[in-house]
Amino acid sequence: MAALGIAIGGSNWFSALALGVTLLKCLLIPTYHSTDFEVHRNWLAITHSLPISQWYYEATSEWTLDYPPFFAWFEYALSHVAKYFDQEMLNVRNLNYSSSRTLLFQRFSVIFTDALFVYAVHECCKCIDGKKAGKELTEKPKFILSVLLLWNFGLLIVDHIHFQYNGFLSGLMLLSIARFFQKRHMEGAFLFAVLLHFKHIYLYVAPAYGVYLLRSYCFTANKPDGSIRWNSFSFVRLISLGLIVFLVSALSLGPFLALNQLPQVFSRLFPFKRGLCHAYWAPNFWALYSALDKVLSVIGLELKLLDPNKIPKASMTSGLVQQFQHTVLPSVTPLATFICTLIAMLKRKASF
Amino acid sequence: MEKWYLMTAAVLLGLIVRWTVSLNSYSGAGKPPMFGDYEAQRHWQEITFNLPIKQWYFNSSDNNLQYWGLDYPPLTAYHSFLCAYVAKFINPDWIALHTSRGYESQAHKLFMRATVLIADLLIYIPAVVLYCCCLKEISTKKKIASVLCILLYPGLILIDYGHFQYNSVSLGFALWGVLGVSYDWDLLGSLAFCLAINYKQMELYHSLPFFCFLLGKCFKKGLKGKGLVLLIKLACTVVASFVLCWLPFFTEREQTLQVLRRLFPVDRGLFEDKVANIWCSFSVFLKIRDILPHHIQIMISFCFTFLSLLPACIKLTLHPSPKGFRFTLVSCALSFFLFSFQVHEKSILLVSLPVCLVLSEIPFMSTWFLLVSTFSMLPLLLKDELLMPSVVTVMAFFIACATSFSIFEKTSEEELQLKCFSTSVRKYFTCFTFLPRIIQHLFLTSVITMILLTIMTVTLDPPQKLPDLFSVLVCFVSCLHFLFFLVYFNIIIMWDSKNGRSQKKIN
Repeated sequence: MAALGIAIGGSNWFSALALGVTLLKCLLIPTYHSTDFEVHRNWLAITHSLPISQWYYEATSEWTLDYPPFFAWFEYALSHVAKYFDQEMLNVRNLNYSSSRTLLFQRFSVIFTDALFVYAVHECCKCIDGKKAGKELTEKPKFILSVLLLWNFGLLIVDHIHFQYNGFLSGLMLLSIARFFQKRHMEGAFLFAVLLHFKHIYLYVAPAYGVYLLRSYCFTANKPDGSIRWNSFSFVRLISLGLIVFLVSALSLGPFLALNQLPQVFSRLFPFKRGLCHAYWAPNFWALYSALDKVLSVIGLELKLLDPNKIPKASMTSGLVQQFQHTVLPSVTPLATFICTLIAMLKRKASF
Repeated sequence: MEKWYLMTAAVLLGLIVRWTVSLNSYSGAGKPPMFGDYEAQRHWQEITFNLPIKQWYFNSSDNNLQYWGLDYPPLTAYHSFLCAYVAKFINPDWIALHTSRGYESQAHKLFMRATVLIADLLIYIPAVVLYCCCLKEISTKKKIASVLCILLYPGLILIDYGHFQYNSVSLGFALWGVLGVSYDWDLLGSLAFCLAINYKQMELYHSLPFFCFLLGKCFKKGLKGKGLVLLIKLACTVVASFVLCWLPFFTEREQTLQVLRRLFPVDRGLFEDKVANIWCSFSVFLKIRDILPHHIQIMISFCFTFLSLLPACIKLTLHPSPKGFRFTLVSCALSFFLFSFQVHEKSILLVSLPVCLVLSEIPFMSTWFLLVSTFSMLPLLLKDELLMPSVVTVMAFFIACATSFSIFEKTSEEELQLKCFSTSVRKYFTCFTFLPRIIQHLFLTSVITMILLTIMTVTLDPPQKLPDLFSVLVCFVSCLHFLFFLVYFNIIIMWDSKNGRSQKKIN
């Protein structure tokens, strides 16, 4: 009986936290879900019903496949479980199909794949040294980190209400970071390479990873004061890192290279035709830029500095996803955004 | 209090669970012509808003009592009137006389669920928080854990926010009553409890312990002096509160009688539908409903009920104490549930509330009871398509109790409050040392049986000849559990020595 008690979690707070949030996720099953639900159902259908050569060309639905190949394989694997829930959801023509079994399957797939996230959080907590904290459970750094990560409400809302698979992906990223802390750099690099081929938006943090690995892994020793010892650079390590990235990319993009579909895949992954800001503005610099442009154009019209006939009718706030020109301020090209990002990041990298 | 942020987190967690459960279906959703309790509550809003008070409880062309006629006391009617008043501002179609029958929409569901949440927030939840804060001899962490576990009790959440009822109002008032009376605010406590009775007449299950406890207090103070004064003050409070609530219905004798007839439908039989009490379980073997005449049934039920609760009540009158009061509330309500007339399965909530109050004293047995009480309502919950939230909330409650109170380590005789009883039995049977182990094995068997029965009810179809097989099995098994608990709680009450008041500090 006592063993049962300990097994159920008399003093194991991590299991209680993980189980508790999982139960909360189950309660969120009947909540609202966004179009992303249909997006993923469509991808299940595409990967299940069509051959690989069609995956990045299929356009029956407006929600075309725009994640890298590993995610497509992930949906393919899920679709083999989905067929036991409701065969109809795997039909490409069944747009906006959302029977109760489909909903149940999709929601459970997110909850189930979150297991990786829970594992990653567990690994991260192992890396934290909480010796300085007091005896109180709520003051231990491990506990605080676990609560902040496992019960992260942004993640709960986006994953389990709006519907996405960010928990699983964040799990991969957290796991790679944990591996770095545990000095298992090769595994960490491998996990990050895999993650990039699941969701390429993690390219945002790729420069940070690159510089960190270069500094901490490729330079094998430090001077006594902690700065770089330039002559400890290890080419072997650099090459092995490169090899890992190359092999993972080969595994991911290989089949599409063989089918000569790489340009199509890239155009799906990096859709510059969608314009500077998304239908719903992200709170970033370009939103401010566009807002300023709008304000200036209104003032210009009022003060009769601008010719009303020359101003395009479509506005940025119409909620449409498209390319267009700014009115007063210079228009922003993809290259310009890239250069701005690079300059902003360099200052940080220099202090590494 | 210190650690107020943890208390807030516990309350917020309770609120999250409540609101997410309310996303599910309700009683009678999409099932014309009668629908269910949800439609009943909407209908009462319609009736109380559109008709004058004199017609609320009477049959008329505008008020067909066969279609969800009002059968709760006046306070429910006033509450419905208040909700209808708000509904009028949002969408008058919801309460339009006659035309709003069977009205169902997402906006209306949101409104109705919101009324339950607001009533809960105003009455029940503050009472729970205050009760746990006032508990003596336990650490702050345990107080917060008690709040969390009580607020996570699945039965109340599933019935109020799933099936759709306002039990949190009457139970909340009753809890305020318990608070008042336990901490010597007798008049306010009685007033609160009278409000509870005037909201739902089922609260009469709790009335005897209140009566005995207060009477005992008066006796202790001496009937010649302060005791008599207290008795008179209490009587006046009770009478005044009843008069205030029933004022519109006291103008004519016929009004009062009609309301009473609606509240206590003695023409109905010993039980209706499947319920986990003695009569329903007994009728598996012998159809007493058909064999015995009506008035004999009433007499037998009356006798059994009062015989089973009399010992505890007498003890409470002679030795009034807050602890004895709480345990007597449990055993009285349980006796009524098991043996009384026209009991509904939802009435188990009247027993669950007092058990929640003793959660910190006997966590193991309380958790066990509360799990069984939720299980006993399984057929009802399945009918309302609440399987997923039921399973999830039961698991969440179990995990919360198991981690907060370490219930599996608290199964010794002393922890189960059976020390005095065991010592007495050991005078005759010296080998009576195996009680904790028996109870642990019983618990395991019980949980396995409940899980198996749940799985069977959900996955299998009952045989043709016995279409109610699983419901009856659930009721029968629950009834056996409840009988066991009745015996257990009565043992605690009767063998509770005065020395038992000084509990060791539970960390």
